[in-house]
Amino acid sequence: MRARIWAALAMPAAAILLALIAGAVVIILSSPIVTGHFDPLLPLATYSAIIQGSLGSVNGLVDTVVAATPLILVGLSVALCFKAGLFNIGGQGQFLMGAVTAAGVGAALSTAPPLVAVPVAILAGLVAGAAYGFIPGALKAFTGAHEVVTTIMLNYIAYYVVSYLVTGPLREQGASFARSADVGNAAIPIIFNQGTGHEAHLGILLPFIAAPIIWWLLYRSTLGFEIRTVGANPDAARYAGMRPRMLVMLTMTVGGLLAGLAGAIEILGVQHYMPAAYSTNVGFEAITVALLARANPIGVIFSGLLLGAMRAGAPLMQIQAGVPVQMIDLLQGLILFFLTADILVRKVFRIRAKGGGVDELNTVGRTYGGQTTTAP
Amino acid sequence: MLAPLFDVPVLGLIVQLVDYLINVLTVNGALILALSAPLALGAMCGVMNERSGVVNIGIEGMMLAAAFSGWYVASIVGQAIPADPSGVFGATPALLIGVLAAIGTGLLLSVVHAWLCITVRADQIISGTIINIVAFGLTGYLDLLLSQGSQPSGGKFQPFDPPQWLMDLPFVGWLFRMVLEQGPITMSVIVLAVVLQVLLFRTRWGLRTRAVGEHPKAAETVGINVIRLRYQNVILGGIFAGLGGAWFTLDFGSSFQIGMTNGRGYIALAALIFGRWHPVGALGAALLFAASGALGTAIRTTPPPGQLGDFLTSIPEQFFSALPYIVTIIVLAGVVGRSTPPAADGQPYEREAVT
Amino acid sequence: MTEAPHPAAERVIAPALEMRGITKRYPGVVANDRIDLQVHPGEIHALLGENGAGKSTLMNILYGLARPDEGEILLDGSVVRIAGPADAIARGISMVHQHFMLVPVLTVAENILLGAETMGNAGFLDRREASRRIRELGARFGFEIDPDEKVGRLSVGWQQRVEILKALYREARVLVLDEPTATLTPQETKEIFAVLRRLRDEGHSIVFISHKLYEVLEIADRITVIRRGRVVGERIPSETNEDDLAELMVGREVQLSVDRGQSQPGADALTVADLVVKDDRGREVVHDVGFQVRAGEIFGIAGVAGNGQDELVEVITGLRRPAGGRIMLDGRDITSSGPRELHLMGVGFVPADRHRFGLVMSFPITDNLVLNDYFSPPFARGLVRNDAAVRAQADEAIARFDIRTPSPTTPCGTLSGGNQQKVVVAREFDRDLRLLVLDQPTRGLDVGSVEFIHRRTIAKRDAGTAVLLVSAELDEVLELSDRIGVMYRGSLVAVLDGPSADREQVGLLMATGGRGGVTPPPTPDVATA
Repeated sequence: MRARIWAALAMPAAAILLALIAGAVVIILSSPIVTGHFDPLLPLATYSAIIQGSLGSVNGLVDTVVAATPLILVGLSVALCFKAGLFNIGGQGQFLMGAVTAAGVGAALSTAPPLVAVPVAILAGLVAGAAYGFIPGALKAFTGAHEVVTTIMLNYIAYYVVSYLVTGPLREQGASFARSADVGNAAIPIIFNQGTGHEAHLGILLPFIAAPIIWWLLYRSTLGFEIRTVGANPDAARYAGMRPRMLVMLTMTVGGLLAGLAGAIEILGVQHYMPAAYSTNVGFEAITVALLARANPIGVIFSGLLLGAMRAGAPLMQIQAGVPVQMIDLLQGLILFFLTADILVRKVFRIRAKGGGVDELNTVGRTYGGQTTTAP
Repeated sequence: MLAPLFDVPVLGLIVQLVDYLINVLTVNGALILALSAPLALGAMCGVMNERSGVVNIGIEGMMLAAAFSGWYVASIVGQAIPADPSGVFGATPALLIGVLAAIGTGLLLSVVHAWLCITVRADQIISGTIINIVAFGLTGYLDLLLSQGSQPSGGKFQPFDPPQWLMDLPFVGWLFRMVLEQGPITMSVIVLAVVLQVLLFRTRWGLRTRAVGEHPKAAETVGINVIRLRYQNVILGGIFAGLGGAWFTLDFGSSFQIGMTNGRGYIALAALIFGRWHPVGALGAALLFAASGALGTAIRTTPPPGQLGDFLTSIPEQFFSALPYIVTIIVLAGVVGRSTPPAADGQPYEREAVT
Repeated sequence: MTEAPHPAAERVIAPALEMRGITKRYPGVVANDRIDLQVHPGEIHALLGENGAGKSTLMNILYGLARPDEGEILLDGSVVRIAGPADAIARGISMVHQHFMLVPVLTVAENILLGAETMGNAGFLDRREASRRIRELGARFGFEIDPDEKVGRLSVGWQQRVEILKALYREARVLVLDEPTATLTPQETKEIFAVLRRLRDEGHSIVFISHKLYEVLEIADRITVIRRGRVVGERIPSETNEDDLAELMVGREVQLSVDRGQSQPGADALTVADLVVKDDRGREVVHDVGFQVRAGEIFGIAGVAGNGQDELVEVITGLRRPAGGRIMLDGRDITSSGPRELHLMGVGFVPADRHRFGLVMSFPITDNLVLNDYFSPPFARGLVRNDAAVRAQADEAIARFDIRTPSPTTPCGTLSGGNQQKVVVAREFDRDLRLLVLDQPTRGLDVGSVEFIHRRTIAKRDAGTAVLLVSAELDEVLELSDRIGVMYRGSLVAVLDGPSADREQVGLLMATGGRGGVTPPPTPDVATA
């Protein structure tokens, strides 16, 4: 058992390490601009600032968990879709739709009793996300349009929808910048208050509930067996009497649901309104989260926390070391790179553990040109 | 010409709409061709990749990185060797070296993509995603660092000034204006599309490339080096992506913004599919997508008169900004089932002996 | 390997091709063990062995697709090192592969030219010159071919000819043919043999790889038999026979055919009437087919691959909708029933391609064994699966069907072909069936597995199941079937009694559809992969 855990962890750990080293090189090379002189020790300051900012204080821990919450939820969405042979890059758009819907419904219910307002607003966001995941799912199932391109298009469309809604029907009159009205009573209650900006809302419990549910769904239920079979071999799934089209649509819908939920609780828990130019990278970060965990739902919790820690520590990194927060984006890209270039990692660390990838990605690539399963 | 029909109920509106669209297209022909350049160049990068069997969704990241490096290098060189714009497209050493830098960036990222897909045999869609994420992060990071010192622009190419008599020709004048009143990169797009088409379908190298993309095992058994041919194609495709990136910061615009490619690398993929993996077809598709983008601007600046105009201007502007993306989805949904990619597209090739 | 020299080998010239002491090891198996092979100019040399014996490995080494661990290759007496297929081709070695190496979307000319392109001026392909040369070449060997036809639209027999033309276009001195008659009718095989004899008489050396004893005896000048990577014998056709060769191939006395016994057919179980089926491209590939299979009998459908059998089987097993006609099982209309409904009605299916419909290669044996039953008790109750029950079932099946595996949770992809097929058989055979559909059930398997499956199929028949067997292996059909149907160009052209069927007669029907005479020229309406 211990050997298996070690084998599962070796590759991701090695990838992270190599990414940190590569990131350090970039930091050193850019140190003349950051600090005004060439500073080979800047990476140390940078990384220690990240750690300090995320794990070094109670504030930091709160920030980490709050930041990790959407990452884990959207990461679950991506992981679940991977298992079905689908690549859901649309987490971004589904998140935004969930967020803006929750903001709108929340604002409408801002004076209603919280016991009604909160669940209804969350539900609305959830449904919006699910619908937004259903669209590419149905397109894939019935026309073969590959979800990689359609979901990315939908991401951009979602951005414009949010822009339209927040500057139009949902606009808060008299606000200093374009945003929706405050959600008032629909805000998710705080359970742990460390002062402004470091409040842990009830929603942080959701990932820890959702992940085991998704795990159980995939590995202990008949529905999960069907999803995994469609991802591994759509033809055999047809012969087994499963309905690949239905499963594709269902999986994308649930994926959208999870991402929409993430958006809803992020707005209702953290901001309490929706700005017109809501900036987030959660969709792409979630891909790294899912792949680090090899699409295992329980693993997603850990990789989500890791990336959440990086996000939480970033502001301190910018203040203390002067390195822009975009370094985190770069580090995540590098982690993903080393995860994928597994033979490189294996050579450097002499790891014999097999497999750094997700098997179902095979189906993702094979269906690219529209060769779908041609039956119910 | 069709104006008298406008007052017919219902049908009149449609006729007026069509008339307006034709007007917009011919008046804005040059703009549309210009806007189609990054899409077409991205699609051509895609053609080279996918015809040899490698899926590349990292075109977006490649163009973004190329746009950044082109801009930055042009800026530095422009500061080091200031020069007046020359008569040809207003070229300066800074701009020329900038284009080279952009192409070089495209080549570099293509090498990475080729290595991951062909040698490591990683999932090709993940490889493309990595390039996008790294490019986005790196350019954002560097842009923020550098803009603290307020980097001056390296300038941009001037569009060509075709002779007036050519543009005044009846019926075809607008065509000449569309094709010739352009910066160098945009103008090269049509030529490149034709060249690539010929290369792919009439030369030995093109035949071998297509064979490798359809049935690599068969190609191997007649002595073709599948690995080498795939590397060649993917890396050369990077040239197109590099040019596409240079268009953003050296031809159409002159400064860099974070994320400025704005999804056009993905629309290029749709153009590729719509064009059935033919360079000239992809160019046609790119024009279509670009036109849908130009439409939005046109409606806002010069809407048609009357009822139609009122209706069109009442549609929120975000709809028109989103129109290219919507059109892409519609095209994909309608076309994909019927157009088949190269048979071995997306599947890593294993060189070990068969049976 | 000394023995009485064959008259053709009397001339004391170096052999055109010699492979000495070739050894090749893969993890866990010695594919070639010190193999010696000599092929003289103007000789057809057969390499005989069952599937997995090492024939293909040896030829891959010759062709530069693999490197030997020990041993050397000599051409015309001098040692050579073959770096890859391009090198092999340059040295005059050409290979016609078992699985076609043709690109379907390219034309005949483009496929033949690939790698040896005729260039015009300025680096462009010279299509016209190439077409001319190809037509000429075809005429030399007695067939008319259209160089501009897309290969994907040709029939399988014609694709085989294109493969051979490909080799000839490169002026091969040594021509290697790997199972060339696997997809040909007896008529087409005769024609190909005529071509080979003509080539031999012109001085070419031909290596003919096969596992079909009677063919080898007919065409070869000398025979080398390989078993488990070693040469176990060399023979001259006039001094040996099928039983001798079979024993050499397998290493023990082989029962060349299973005792079929008498069938006791009952009522009609499967009835197919006026069936019309279209393929993925919308073309009609099954025209008005009708037949019955009775309970307790084996109905074998013979026919060259690509005559509509795949689509017919898919329709009967619910994987495809027919365009017209009716299918009935025990009186119930199942024309539009899906796979699950059929499964619950007692229909079993062993598909031709187990990678597609048969197994999920990345899943463990346990899951594959319950692929159709995962939702029924005891394996699940509602949404919740019962892993213990699944595991127990697997343990039992592995024992009963003698599946060689390290553990029940091993992924199926790591098993050998024979064991993979056993998993499919264990799943499909292991219950009471009304109808059992078998599509190419023993393709590519070793003799032991073939025997196993044939025996079990007969046992199923005797237990009252109606068995529909579709196979391109004529011998398999003849051996097992109580009644035989022949598919030709999408129609069932004949139904014969099994035990009394004549091989020649069935072969002729497969090749001509009963219209008699010569094989018609290629037409594009029967397209195969």
